[in-house]
Amino acid sequence: MGMDEWERPQGTRVEIELEAKYQKGQRSVDTYLRATALANPHVTIRYRDPEGTWQVWERATRTLPAEPREVQPHPYGVELGVLLQMMKVTENRKLGAFLQNEFSRVSRKSAFEICQLAGVNPETWVARVAREEAQKLHAALSQVKLMNPPTDCISPIGEGLLVDSLQREYPKAFLVARTRAPSVYRGNPFQVEVALAHDPSAMPSDQTITLLRFANRVPLLYQQGACAVTKAVTSVRWKPYGVEHPRGGLPVGPMVLAVHLASVWVPFTSESKEAVASYPEIVEEIRRAVMECGRSLGIHLSKTRRQNEELKKRDYIAKYIPKISQALQGILELDDRERDRTTAQLTDILNRSRKL
Amino acid sequence: VSQKPRKGPPATQAEKDQLVLVSIEDLAREIHAAIRSGRKPTLAFPIRNLGNVSYDRKTGYLEIGDATSERTLTYNTAKTFAQTLMMMQMSQTHVRGNKRSTKREAYYIGKSDAWGEAQFNDQPESDAIIDDIEAMFAERGVTREQLRFIADDHGGSVAGELIVIDRHSKTGEELFIDCTRMGSGAFSIPKFVEHLRFETSAKFILCIETGGAFDRLNTEEYWKKANCILIEMQGVPSRACRRFVRRLADDKKLPVYAFTDCDPYGFANIYRTLKVGSGNAAHINQFYCVPQARFLGVTPQDIKDHKLPTQAMKEVDIKRAQDALKNDPFFSSHKEWVDAIKLQLEMGKRAEQQAFAKYSLEYVFETYLPQKLANPKAFLP
Repeated sequence: MGMDEWERPQGTRVEIELEAKYQKGQRSVDTYLRATALANPHVTIRYRDPEGTWQVWERATRTLPAEPREVQPHPYGVELGVLLQMMKVTENRKLGAFLQNEFSRVSRKSAFEICQLAGVNPETWVARVAREEAQKLHAALSQVKLMNPPTDCISPIGEGLLVDSLQREYPKAFLVARTRAPSVYRGNPFQVEVALAHDPSAMPSDQTITLLRFANRVPLLYQQGACAVTKAVTSVRWKPYGVEHPRGGLPVGPMVLAVHLASVWVPFTSESKEAVASYPEIVEEIRRAVMECGRSLGIHLSKTRRQNEELKKRDYIAKYIPKISQALQGILELDDRERDRTTAQLTDILNRSRKL
Repeated sequence: VSQKPRKGPPATQAEKDQLVLVSIEDLAREIHAAIRSGRKPTLAFPIRNLGNVSYDRKTGYLEIGDATSERTLTYNTAKTFAQTLMMMQMSQTHVRGNKRSTKREAYYIGKSDAWGEAQFNDQPESDAIIDDIEAMFAERGVTREQLRFIADDHGGSVAGELIVIDRHSKTGEELFIDCTRMGSGAFSIPKFVEHLRFETSAKFILCIETGGAFDRLNTEEYWKKANCILIEMQGVPSRACRRFVRRLADDKKLPVYAFTDCDPYGFANIYRTLKVGSGNAAHINQFYCVPQARFLGVTPQDIKDHKLPTQAMKEVDIKRAQDALKNDPFFSSHKEWVDAIKLQLEMGKRAEQQAFAKYSLEYVFETYLPQKLANPKAFLP
């Protein structure tokens, strides 16, 4: 909005001054905003670039995403620092009660089990737990058998909206999206969504596909090669879907593939939050979602190919069969009736063999 | 094919034309009958490569084998099929009107409105159709020239002790061409040579690879000194050139000697094609070969004997030499050639026929050729 007057009756206005080099391309403000609009179809983005041109991404829906439900942490995914912090602020006095009340899926029985494994009495005052004991406790947290955490705490974008979002950018494309059921890695619920747009008229067919990565609706622009998303997409066998796929690389074709990872805790490879770490559960979920989209694409492509082939056949028959009869007429001095009968018969022979 | 296959070209022009017309009509009728009975028509072609030829010294040329490939009419082959039939019709029209077209003219005729959607995209496409038709009719003894399609490329040239008797194309009047009186030029071998007759007192025919070497011998009137006929092949001899030499040599019972660069291209492409034909035109080798040809030089031994300046063999030379030893039935059935090629591979050197100029411009015809011609029995087979 820059320095314009703020005329909204309510809302939040944030102003940040940043000094940076303005550039275009794969890793640029423009790309970031475009991708953000894609993953946040409920948001309208207006952007005035340094040349003064306005770019607007209108919202694709007026419905806000469901608000994520707050859940307690699951013991499997808690880090030592977090555990210490929780122990500091808890209102529970005794260790057993602390474990049972502050964590997800910890019953009285499992709280006892954890304490037993750590060699600590559940009746110990939380404030009295020493640092070494806390470390043992932390180790014990991941060793007890517990139910997986509830997964209704994640808010995905949804297949319908993903398709709508992509359609804004690629109106003529073949579109498909999959939202997988939530899953869990190390006690952290997560959910994978994949959307695919394929359009030979809008994108180059001889270049690597465009891979868009999102973590909790935020586009990831850097470190593509180090990301679990890239690893998963590369590991899928694309050839059966009719997509060119050089060994060990991303597939090639007129395609955009958007992968969204929603989680209470996205495991980034570093503090800069540029790439997702390759937990086997996450890679596998992405793979499955990508494969489901790939299968739909494969069916679409082979249908298109069959239709084109059929058109080509019809075209060839219409073009060349009369020429064959015409030449036979010339050589054998057939009359026009015989020529036309030959054309009809030959067309019939070729059409018949096509169906078999 | 209803007519019994026959070997060798028929005698008179009228018979040849009749054979072409019958062949075209037979095939068209066969295709028409297949369509009428509800079957897909099929064309059969003999396979044309060195893998489907055999060599027998008595036969004298690379003889095509029995392997064939078939082209059934499907929507994919419909265009080629239509083009094949239309080209056959063009040939029929040529024969009936006593016309000939070059392969390039045939390509342009195929650009006319009558061809409509079946028009050719480029000349290789129309050339391939002509080759196909020739191959299909080869066992009946029909050649491309009889189908009335002739080559565009240079047919080679002649100088020396020879009178060629040609006919005026319109009046039919006999024309006597004295190849000793071509001045500083030479007589161009026509694209079509079947009607030519010859008068000569020459003792042999010398077929020369390069224009440069031919010019040297022609300028010095070597043909007078040696009483011979000089042929300029300009690389691999054209079909017309091979046929011309064959007819002349057969008619006048003359020995034929080849004089090429000393490299695998000179032996395996130029000389081999002159003498026994080629792999990819194997179906017409029986007409386009000169089995009586022998190889005068330049041989690998000549490089040593005459201490010729050489170049190192390139990779492609070496590959060609190894290929000749391994895959070419002509070379493998002549031990002398196997030895010569092995000797050259050992030396790793090649030399050109003009390399004799190292000594003097006269060396080639004053020293080299007379020395060689003193003992033609020693020529490579």
